[in-house]
Amino acid sequence: MSQQPNLNLSPPVSDEVRRTTCYMCACRCGINVHMKDGKVAYIEGNRDHPVNKGVLCAKGSAGIMQVNAPSRLRKPLRRVGPRGSGEFREIEWDEAISTAVGWLNELHETAPQKLAFFTGRDQSQSFTSFWAQHFGTPNYAAHGGFCSVNMAAGGIYTMGGAFWEFGQPDWDHTKLFMLFGVAEDHDSNPIKMGIGKIKGRGARVIGVNPIRSGYNAVADDWVGITPGTDGLFILSLIHVLMKAGKIDLDYLSRYTNAPVLVNAADGPEKGLFLRDADGKPLVIDRATGQPTAFDKPGVRPDLSATYEKDGVTHRPVFHLMAEKYLSDDHAPEAVAERCGISARRIRAIAAEIARVAFDEAIELDKEWTDFRGETHSKMIGRPVSFHAMRGVSAHANGFQTCRALHVLQILLGTVEVPGGFRFKPPYPKPIEAHPTPHGDRRPGRPLEGPHLGFPRGPEDLLLDENGDAQRIDKAFTWDNPISAHGLMHMVISNAAAGDPYKIDTLFMYMANMSWNSSMNTKGVMEMLSAKTEDGKYVIPKIIYSDAYSSEMVAYADLILPDTTYLERHDCISLLDRPICEADAAADAIRWPVIEPDRDVRGFQSVLIELANRMSLPGFTNEDGTPKWKDYADYIVNHQRKPGIGPLAGFRGKDGDKEGRGEVNPDQLNRYIENGGFYVAHIPEGADYYKPWNTAYQDWAVGMGLYDSPQPYLFQLYSEPMRKFQLAAEGFGDRQPPEHLRQRIKDTMDPLPIWYETDQQGNDGFTVNALTQRPMAMYHSWGTQNAWLRQLHGRNPLYVPTKLMREHGLQDGDWAKVSSPHGQITVPVMEMAALNENTVWTWNAIGKRKGAWALQDDAPEATKGFLLNHLIHELLPPKGDGLRWANSDPITGQAAWFDLKVKIEKTAPPDDAESQPEFAPIKSPVGTGPKDLAWKVGK
Amino acid sequence: MTQLPQSTERKMGLVIDLDTCVGCHACVISCKGWNTENYGAPLSDQDAYGADPSGTFLNRVHSYEVQPAEGPAQLIHFPKSCLHCEDAPCVTVCPTGASYKRVEDGIVLVNESDCIGCGLCAWSCPYGARELDQAEGVMKKCTLCVDRIYNENLPEVDRIPSCVRTCPAGARHFGDLGDPHSDVSKLVAERGGMDLMPEMGTKPVNKYLPPRPKDKIEDQIDILAPLLAPVAEEPKGFLGWLDKTLEKL
Amino acid sequence: MHPAPSVIIFTTLSGLGFGLLFFLGLGLPAVSGWVAFVFFAIAYGLSVGGLMASTFHLGHPERAMKAFTQWRSSWLSREGWCAVLALVLMGLYAIGTVFFGQRWGVFGILGALLSLATVFTTSMIYTQLRTIPRWNMKLTPVMFLSFSLAGGALLAGQTRVALPLLLIAALVQILYWRQGDRALAASGTDLGTATGLGARGRVRAFEPPHTGTNYLLREFVHVVGRKHAEKLRLISFVLAFFVPVVFLLLPFNHFVALLAVLSHLAGIATSRWLFFAQAEHVVGLYYGKR
Repeated sequence: MSQQPNLNLSPPVSDEVRRTTCYMCACRCGINVHMKDGKVAYIEGNRDHPVNKGVLCAKGSAGIMQVNAPSRLRKPLRRVGPRGSGEFREIEWDEAISTAVGWLNELHETAPQKLAFFTGRDQSQSFTSFWAQHFGTPNYAAHGGFCSVNMAAGGIYTMGGAFWEFGQPDWDHTKLFMLFGVAEDHDSNPIKMGIGKIKGRGARVIGVNPIRSGYNAVADDWVGITPGTDGLFILSLIHVLMKAGKIDLDYLSRYTNAPVLVNAADGPEKGLFLRDADGKPLVIDRATGQPTAFDKPGVRPDLSATYEKDGVTHRPVFHLMAEKYLSDDHAPEAVAERCGISARRIRAIAAEIARVAFDEAIELDKEWTDFRGETHSKMIGRPVSFHAMRGVSAHANGFQTCRALHVLQILLGTVEVPGGFRFKPPYPKPIEAHPTPHGDRRPGRPLEGPHLGFPRGPEDLLLDENGDAQRIDKAFTWDNPISAHGLMHMVISNAAAGDPYKIDTLFMYMANMSWNSSMNTKGVMEMLSAKTEDGKYVIPKIIYSDAYSSEMVAYADLILPDTTYLERHDCISLLDRPICEADAAADAIRWPVIEPDRDVRGFQSVLIELANRMSLPGFTNEDGTPKWKDYADYIVNHQRKPGIGPLAGFRGKDGDKEGRGEVNPDQLNRYIENGGFYVAHIPEGADYYKPWNTAYQDWAVGMGLYDSPQPYLFQLYSEPMRKFQLAAEGFGDRQPPEHLRQRIKDTMDPLPIWYETDQQGNDGFTVNALTQRPMAMYHSWGTQNAWLRQLHGRNPLYVPTKLMREHGLQDGDWAKVSSPHGQITVPVMEMAALNENTVWTWNAIGKRKGAWALQDDAPEATKGFLLNHLIHELLPPKGDGLRWANSDPITGQAAWFDLKVKIEKTAPPDDAESQPEFAPIKSPVGTGPKDLAWKVGK
Repeated sequence: MTQLPQSTERKMGLVIDLDTCVGCHACVISCKGWNTENYGAPLSDQDAYGADPSGTFLNRVHSYEVQPAEGPAQLIHFPKSCLHCEDAPCVTVCPTGASYKRVEDGIVLVNESDCIGCGLCAWSCPYGARELDQAEGVMKKCTLCVDRIYNENLPEVDRIPSCVRTCPAGARHFGDLGDPHSDVSKLVAERGGMDLMPEMGTKPVNKYLPPRPKDKIEDQIDILAPLLAPVAEEPKGFLGWLDKTLEKL
Repeated sequence: MHPAPSVIIFTTLSGLGFGLLFFLGLGLPAVSGWVAFVFFAIAYGLSVGGLMASTFHLGHPERAMKAFTQWRSSWLSREGWCAVLALVLMGLYAIGTVFFGQRWGVFGILGALLSLATVFTTSMIYTQLRTIPRWNMKLTPVMFLSFSLAGGALLAGQTRVALPLLLIAALVQILYWRQGDRALAASGTDLGTATGLGARGRVRAFEPPHTGTNYLLREFVHVVGRKHAEKLRLISFVLAFFVPVVFLLLPFNHFVALLAVLSHLAGIATSRWLFFAQAEHVVGLYYGKR
């Protein structure tokens, strides 16, 4: 009956597919860019890619709107109006480069610390840090200090790696997955894929998060915990499990420092490990009853035996743990109220963990040999796995909370076993394999080592002879001794205050510090434009590089316009934050799949140009000629150590070497042919128990991940922490200032603890306020995107049902939300699936008028808002004459999620716009077109 | 012809797993990208950078809160696109024959060159699956990527709708729901796949897998309690237990 | 539903126009020559004008001819056929009365029936939509037909017929509102069935798929305040039925008759505005609106 039209069911899809790496967020998926007539027509995931295996998130698919965004900067700019006005004149690159060199070269030669070079969402940190190191400034870091340093450092100090880039659950075998405080963005596709796999098997997912959205929405059980009490909850699980003996004693005795002997006598050695002449920690060997180096072949460490030496008792770490965690202070009944989880529920969760870990243990028939020479015929798996992210780390107790979570995993014996948590190369990597921080000032010469590292004790702090901070952000000082990622969030306020010293030039890359990337946004805007009495800017020069007309652009004096991600070279390197999987090492590149249609340059190539113009050491051959002409040249030809460069694949003359090998001039082409990435698989049998597995260690050495095998024990008890505590107790020559002594004693416990975050000055502010980033949008990267902004063009404050009723609020009403620091007036929306004392909103949807090529009446600029206005980088005064940082006292991590507010219903503002409002910036790129009907092909 | 075929050879459609969808909108944008560049007119956007951005999308992800009688509220992400109904009212109301249901596979399509843009098909659709493109003046809807699923220019593994290919959580499944032995039909049978608004009589081909029961962990406590029996009440006793247990290792 | 002026004008005017044609086709009043011309001009003006207005909302009016192809399944197509046939037959009939003083009764009666059929098919376009419970009622075509007949009679000056027809239409109107107000609830469709989640608990729409608006919301979701609607109903009822009835009871006068017609027209237009504006499309449920 039917006369259907004749459809062409096989229309041509594209002229060509170019495979590169996504940069719509930090996940770094492989993408197939379909080209038509030389233009980007369609973007999909690359099926062969180790990260995303073909899938792609909303941001990734919207890349086409990003590379064509009207907010792209078009040409270098020099500021002509006052800072913050957005008034610029376009200049040529020659002028831009010579201006920058004019400012920087003098600093390099005379006072390199007067350059503060900080990068935000930088994915080339091994290169940018190399540049800063050779410039000679101690003032370099990326954004980890306000992102997730607690998670990274907590993991590395405990077990030589953390979540995300460091490792992942064994998605194929795990039977119970527990997710803590995961904002919906990080590691976005792999987590979604993993949850999908688990769900496909019908395994249980438990979500611990005050907000039941995203991953927590699909969790089989949702624990709507009180923010900041995750550590308390975890330690209670540890209490219950230890008390019931549901811990893996064999695992603990073999692979952790639970049996390591600790000095118990008061004095300068108290709490330190008993070591042999080679410095190796000692354990009691159950066979001989004698103290023995932990790694001696055949040793069977005893978890229980104590040891007397010269009248000093040494007790195994496990004794200390039993004492601490069996205490009733950690009983579910003792913590239930503070956590907002019933004791019954805590016990039920502990019991389920115990059941799956021990009653559903799995065995893989894989033989492996441990570092003590013992061969095991099977791999035993305890199929419980965990993942956590910023929700637990962005608290002032986040470092210890992250440690507690790792200790829980380790007690269960689930780390690096089938079904548990698995490291991704180059992790596992013990603390000893990481550098210590470097911050000396040496005009004209490079730093002696990398800026960022992991202090082993007070001796590694970056303090000058007067005990003052060497770095502008005061990282690695007694204020935050283990600030392993620096403190980008303190740079501008410290520079504005001239404390610890004044700087000359602030140089930033991809960091929207005058908007969503700063606490105290308004204050930061003022600091960036503050003037001295003689009318000069307090921060004399600001250079900024970004691809887009972000809010930060308006505050810079010189703009170096970057390319979009499809117009550039990049490398996602094993030297940096790679894209490895638990079964393989992997790295990747970006390459220009299209050429810029504007006068812009990749930032890394611009850095090389600057380095060449200044003849920076490290960038210059002995004959004075530059080593590299641009970033692509660097990627291929730079060698960190002989045979080891930014890219591990296709090395050697013929491109047949991986990990180590001489430079291959054709390397980038080989990557492009291979889909833009390289994967080196871990051999069968080397794929679990990596920190102790001889086969893995040998493979890692071959790959150039280590120079020699580095087997180590998991540090349930952290000796570096104890060393800081000892200093606070008065031992050693490097002593903390008096006002910090007690805090260091209290917080830097070598065993994970939980403490209440500092709520001084918060009286009357009783509601927790949080932010998350929507999965379809990532920071401000997405809002100028015509497709994505339709999904999230404004953000309400989500308020739990109970608070809605209490305050007589209904959807669409307005509320005044205040903290000790500030006040905002915003629209509200009810959410029932939310901790009853927590409000939240999507982060960074709100935009300043004039930014991102949006029209001034765009909802992002009228209805959207930032919680940042309520958060200060300092805590409210507590009357001791000091202002304490709003951060973790151990790492300096910005404590975004400790925010406490009060809310009250209010009339809509007169203009129905969220408050506060700021004067519009003059857009340096105009605004976008009215309508879009985007089709590249005919 | 806007009369519906008596039956179709196959019933191609989607199975959407509400237990797994995390609400990431990946399918929404992948669909936008593919269908902007392919079948028919591009999916346009009005006021793209202004106060009231509004574009054509063929797939949108809603979210709902469900408050059960007991336990905490649940949040469920809910992707929705054309359900390719067996009794598709959007087809029969079409005055021009632009809307039709393919005999081969049951896909409901709009032949854009015949569409007068009267909007009646969208009125007749209970699911909001059709949107009139404001730039082109024709009705747009999910094509089930008819230009992908048989496309010989694509590798065989990619001959699936773009939303299914891109879904990171694997919450979307594609197949022949008319074949009881197909993977999708088995999934629907196992998981109790359901129709949306069955009372409308549209007989949707697409099915939704309901979320599994949630927040039940405490119900197991009585069974699990023995697992948590303390090995000792005192720390000293604990160390005694430790010694004994270590002996057995 | 969005109360689009094009459809309100269309259904109001064409309903009246075809109502008038119905009476003219039956020879009520039996006019000829110039008087007939005026009557037919008014009838064609209303019905054709209404039909023209209906094309304003089309995305591609230039393809409107294609709408005649699907008469076997589509009420819109059938409406097109009926309208064209009615207009052609009534046109022939009008030629007879205007130019030849002849009443070609076959054309007149067929044309009259087709005129009513046109109104019926129009109403069926709405009635058939199960997605809009307030329209998906037997009373919908009854209402369209009763309005058309009452208006046609009024316009045709058939006072004696108009009076009862107006009273019937008024009654139908009240019944329609009564039943319509319960229609969504009676349909059994709610957010629970829309999402399939109803058995799990109380379902509430949380975040919409997009923060902005879209075609569906613009087209299908229109919220009229209850008080506002009640006021409009009263106005509409008074204008459409009460005033004309009162005027009809007054001694005949052309001016009063004109006022009665205009009042009726305004009342019907208001009622039709409410017909659209108050109609809840079930798609609104997905957006937490109704």
